[in-house]
Amino acid sequence: MMFGVSAFLLLIGMGLAMTRALKGPTVFDRILAVNVFGTATVLMVSVIGFMGETMTDLVDIALIYALISFTGTIAVLRFVEFDQLQRRAEATEGEL
Amino acid sequence: MLDVLSWVLLVGGGLISIVAGIGLLRFPDLYTRMHAASMLDTLGAGCVVLGLVFQTIVHMVEKGEDATLTPFVAFKLILVFVFLAFTTSTAGHALAKSALASGVRPRAADGSLLPIGGVLANDESSVRGEEGTSSPR
Repeated sequence: MMFGVSAFLLLIGMGLAMTRALKGPTVFDRILAVNVFGTATVLMVSVIGFMGETMTDLVDIALIYALISFTGTIAVLRFVEFDQLQRRAEATEGEL
Repeated sequence: MLDVLSWVLLVGGGLISIVAGIGLLRFPDLYTRMHAASMLDTLGAGCVVLGLVFQTIVHMVEKGEDATLTPFVAFKLILVFVFLAFTTSTAGHALAKSALASGVRPRAADGSLLPIGGVLANDESSVRGEEGTSSPR
């Protein structure tokens, strides 16, 4: 029963993080919010895995998800950074 | 006793996730929001994982030989926390560095924007103005 309460509270936190991801205003706020959403998902998957006391394989999925969401965050950050460097280079090229 | 403690930790972890969400919504700029987000990454994850480890111990004591939750599950849970501790701090560092490099300026306590110092402020044109006006969307 309390697993459900914990999962529900985590779900509310995920909803608040998703609101920030939708509101922005900068792309970094969105990335941060998605990062928090991913952490909350990892915790919630572990909690849900304990509900039946037989589905402990879900802990493995949480483990994999933690690593994949990290890779995703770094990849998106690289993409944004590279995009902006390129845009800045194009802007200075136009001035010359 | 351990059962009650684990419930307190699990619900506490959930409440911390809500606190992190509220902080994420209400804080004024990116860097303060990162502070709110790190709440869930450290204390929230620690509470939930410790609560689940305690729950595993309670289950093992109750069921004895035919327990489905083994010490290996507890080990994997601790591994989840260790991975989260490494990845979220690295991601936070990369996020702050990337945001500074693209001109998102920190806001001081009186509401004014701080200048970006050091090697990141290589040209004035890269420093962006007010939040939301010319920032990348």
